[in-house]
Amino acid sequence: MLLEIKNLHANIEGREILKGIDLKVNSGEVHAIMGPNGSGKSTLAQVLAGREEYKVTQGEVFYNGKNLLELAPEDRAREGLFLAFQYPVEIPGVSNTNLLKTALNEIRKYNGLEELDAMEFLALIKQKMKLVDLDQSLLSRSVNEGFSGGEKKRNEIFQMAVLEPKLSILDETDSGLDIDALRIVANGVNKLKSKDNATIVVTHYQRLLNYIIPDFVHVLYNGKIVKSGGKKLALELEEKGYDWVKEEKEYA
Amino acid sequence: MSEFRNMKELYIEEFKKFESSLNGESSAPVHKLRKEAIANFSGLDFPDTKNEEWKYTSIAPLLKYNFKPSYEKKNIAKENLEKFLFDRHEYNLLVFVNGHFDEKLSSVKNLPGGVIAGSLTTAIRENSPVIKEHFGKYADHKNQIFTALSTAYVKDGAFVYVPDGKIAEDPIHILFLTDTGSEQILSQPRNLFVVGKNSVVTIIEHYSAVTPGIYFTNAVTEIFAGENSAVDHIKLQEESKKAFHIARMEVDQERASNFSSHAISLGAELSRNDYNTRFNNEGGECTLNGLFLLEGSQHFDVHTLIDHAKPHCSSHEHYKGILDDKSRGVFNGKVIVRKDAQKTNAFQENNNIILSDEALVNTKPQLEIFADDVKCSHGATIGQLDKDSMFYLKSRGISEEAARTILIHAFASDVILSIKVKAVKDYIEEILSKRFNN
Repeated sequence: MLLEIKNLHANIEGREILKGIDLKVNSGEVHAIMGPNGSGKSTLAQVLAGREEYKVTQGEVFYNGKNLLELAPEDRAREGLFLAFQYPVEIPGVSNTNLLKTALNEIRKYNGLEELDAMEFLALIKQKMKLVDLDQSLLSRSVNEGFSGGEKKRNEIFQMAVLEPKLSILDETDSGLDIDALRIVANGVNKLKSKDNATIVVTHYQRLLNYIIPDFVHVLYNGKIVKSGGKKLALELEEKGYDWVKEEKEYA
Repeated sequence: MSEFRNMKELYIEEFKKFESSLNGESSAPVHKLRKEAIANFSGLDFPDTKNEEWKYTSIAPLLKYNFKPSYEKKNIAKENLEKFLFDRHEYNLLVFVNGHFDEKLSSVKNLPGGVIAGSLTTAIRENSPVIKEHFGKYADHKNQIFTALSTAYVKDGAFVYVPDGKIAEDPIHILFLTDTGSEQILSQPRNLFVVGKNSVVTIIEHYSAVTPGIYFTNAVTEIFAGENSAVDHIKLQEESKKAFHIARMEVDQERASNFSSHAISLGAELSRNDYNTRFNNEGGECTLNGLFLLEGSQHFDVHTLIDHAKPHCSSHEHYKGILDDKSRGVFNGKVIVRKDAQKTNAFQENNNIILSDEALVNTKPQLEIFADDVKCSHGATIGQLDKDSMFYLKSRGISEEAARTILIHAFASDVILSIKVKAVKDYIEEILSKRFNN
């Protein structure tokens, strides 16, 4: 098993957001986590990536045989966990290339691999850029600075392509994208999919799931997974809306 | 050790000794100026923090020492220079040791005919008409006590003269080294750069120490940028961490001249910098950029004044500070737009990053605008390294330390990138990397 979350509780500034999450993800699987705004989807993604502002109060997370919660954020990344941010951060003065080269080489070093030299690195990123149809001029520009919404999201998937994670968490990567950008992003994710890695797609809308076909769909509501099923569940949600789940939950 | 003396009395009394060290040069017209200046010095007091201009900077620590003026040349080995050079085939290099020009260590290789880059002593001795016309004209020794001290003891410093219509491609690197030995010395380089009509020059003032001792550098630089000239000035202050550095730069800009200053401050326990520029005619452009990097108990103060005395001039000022430990930074940026200086553009910004709980910055923009058709803006920020950016970098596998280094570099980058001399840029980048990569 690649990821196992057991009874995970987390809060921010004393406010409990996650109230007992259980989830199992195996290599080769695609999981979709859906849910209304404020249900805790992004919190779950941030907690898994190691954001310090969130305090885990209960529960355990095992990733690739390790206790994930004991690892620093950078070590989680080096162990192959990747978060595509809902709001990618703009970092003026740091070029995209510099970020990626530093990241890739730190990850390689951690895993006992040799660092790539400038030529090898360039060859790699040229190949990966094609996946997300990213303009080469964006490489030398500051990270996400002045990028359009679509460019930012494509840049996240591009980073994912270069870093080749075992577990990717896409946090609302579809939000705000037009249909072309959505296709490009989904296409990139699909091409990177293999039997050795897994993807968790966090989304509010079913739309993305027309392009990235999930093996499992989970509905997160009020800090808990209240319903799990196959890809049909996503369609059902689209049809009936989240109120259907909320009501079911409240009457239960 | 001799008895401790009050600093003012010491330098008034020492003046006779200085005069006798001049060996007959005291007949030069400059000597009249020296005498005026020592009289002014006697009548002025060292500023305390009740003085608005010195509110955040106490010079009390400086006054605790009896720094001895340095009269003698001191020889240092050529190997000592190596680490201060920006690249191996150094352009034009002028070396000063304890304020005295060292001809053997200097070399002027590539300057167009007529351009002079050498010592002020020589220019004074040769009765250069440039001295007569410009020396002491821009730096006020009547009201500023440190400038009065500099003028009273004026002896040597860098002298650069670019006649009309000359383009100096290679920068002039001026290295001011202090070698203290057992004495605590006062070194007072006095610089004059005069750039003629349509001329172009790049000058680097570089302050450093051979050994990390306690000393006092009191530097005054006067710059005249002639009509339609372009003067690029870089100052790299990497004095000993125990040193005192007081500096004044006065710039006089003629019609359509372009002056830019890049001041990188890394050294000194206490440093105070007054950088003043004045547009004397229309169409001028002025850039004042700066970066100060402080740690330990370092104290840095920069006061700038951009005087828009004439219409149709533009000024851009951007200072950035990075402060760690218990260091303290002071930025005071004054811009005056005088009544008939219409169509002025003046932009000013000061951004600071505080890396510790105990570091402190005082920042004060001062805009005094008397014209009505102008575009002026100013802004100041003080903050920490951005948490979201830190997390973003770490989430990509980058260590906390590397992420810090990357973000500090990024913060400083626009000031560093505005330096046009690549070798200097690389030299500063390397210092930054070393400082934050341990």
